[in-house]
Amino acid sequence: MSLRVTSAVAVRVLSQLRRDPRTIALIIGVPCLLETLLKELFAGRSPVFQHVGAPLLGLFPFVTMFLVTSITMLRERTTGTLERLMTLPLGKLDLLAGYGAAFAVLAAAQAAIVSALAFGLLGLHVAGPQVVVGALAVANAVLGTALGLFVSAFAQTEFQAVQFMPAMVFPQILLCGLFVGRSSMATWLRWISDALPLTYAYDALAHTAGNALDGRFAADVAVVCACIVLALALGALTLRRRTG
Amino acid sequence: MTNAAVRVDRLRVVRGGKVVLPELTCEVGSATVTGLLGPSGSGKSTLIRSVVGVQRVAGGRVEVLGEPAGARTLRARVGYMTQAPSVYGDLTVRENLRFFARVLGAARDTVERAIGDVSLEDHADRVVSRLSGGQQARVSLATALLGAPDLLVLDEPTVGLDPVLRRDLWQLFHALADGGATLLVSSHVMDEADRCDALLLLRDGRLLAQATPAELRARTGAEQLDEAFLRLVDEEAP
Repeated sequence: MSLRVTSAVAVRVLSQLRRDPRTIALIIGVPCLLETLLKELFAGRSPVFQHVGAPLLGLFPFVTMFLVTSITMLRERTTGTLERLMTLPLGKLDLLAGYGAAFAVLAAAQAAIVSALAFGLLGLHVAGPQVVVGALAVANAVLGTALGLFVSAFAQTEFQAVQFMPAMVFPQILLCGLFVGRSSMATWLRWISDALPLTYAYDALAHTAGNALDGRFAADVAVVCACIVLALALGALTLRRRTG
Repeated sequence: MTNAAVRVDRLRVVRGGKVVLPELTCEVGSATVTGLLGPSGSGKSTLIRSVVGVQRVAGGRVEVLGEPAGARTLRARVGYMTQAPSVYGDLTVRENLRFFARVLGAARDTVERAIGDVSLEDHADRVVSRLSGGQQARVSLATALLGAPDLLVLDEPTVGLDPVLRRDLWQLFHALADGGATLLVSSHVMDEADRCDALLLLRDGRLLAQATPAELRARTGAEQLDEAFLRLVDEEAP
């Protein structure tokens, strides 16, 4: 690993994003819109908004960064820049870590703005520290980035890459415990839920909302971090110096 | 040639079930501009990819600057320009070069020099996707020049360029070779052959000849090099 190369990759990815203000506006604007809709939708039943508001705040970055990363990396593979990079003194982990760092920065900006709106204007309340919600949002963004990097290897076109989002993300959101508590799930569904990283990300957010920063919370965070490392390692395996 | 920068020994490459290079043996002399010429589909890019170490090979050996092609220590010493421009379309010329220079650990002034080498000073702050195809190719070439590599492997660097720019680039290639660098430059246009110190003529994955332009003329009795190429093809044919 080289800090110079990793930061070069991160700066480059951020410069590319800067050239695309519409994407940045969507990344920040869409979660703001959805949080507002959620609040208005459950206007008469504030507890529902209080229940799902914080977890959604923490899960948005996962979805956005998964999408953005898988497309960016796919482009890198199809335009030949990846082949070019593989001939340079650049470690695979430098490349992946650079991506992770760049999207973590973007996720932090997203989380800061959406949190300001939700906790400020919309009156969302969490019993635990708001900053933990923000930190979890960034961790989930890095998880989304790591998974996006990995699955980009299995897409040949951008159409395919986009379809990985519902395929990889929706089941995790359905089974993470947000819509139906895990204790009321069929056993086999709970087993699947146990195997999905977003389950732990959601659980950590729910614990923060209830100010239960206990051992269970620590275990959740550890699992999320382990999944990031695992996904990055799998991503590194899909980067090949030599291709057919 | 006793002093070879690249030695290819019985290289065999199969791509997608098709044998592209059955058994290729050739050399690239140190501090020369060696032209790799042949029609489209003759295996030029595959040979080039093998030399820079990104091609999976089925057999044989490729030695670059005394080490196996693709060795870690070669990554800062070999400059590579791919056939399709491999630069970031959403970055400016300068941003692209700064990125590649940082990855290489090359000094910052090499960026400005590379921009000058490919005559893109007036476009340095333009976004690459807005440039013409020829200009994009020059950005890609500039990334290969960064950090003064010992070996430059350029896949069709002069395609689509106007004659003045082409002449300037060939002068640059020779200036680099005079400074001790080795250049392997592919082209599918035979009129570029005369600009090379040595030639590798490739057809259907086989080496038709490895010679200097003068040797090629003497051997075939042809004045024009494309005529020489044709005579070699006819010789080979039964």
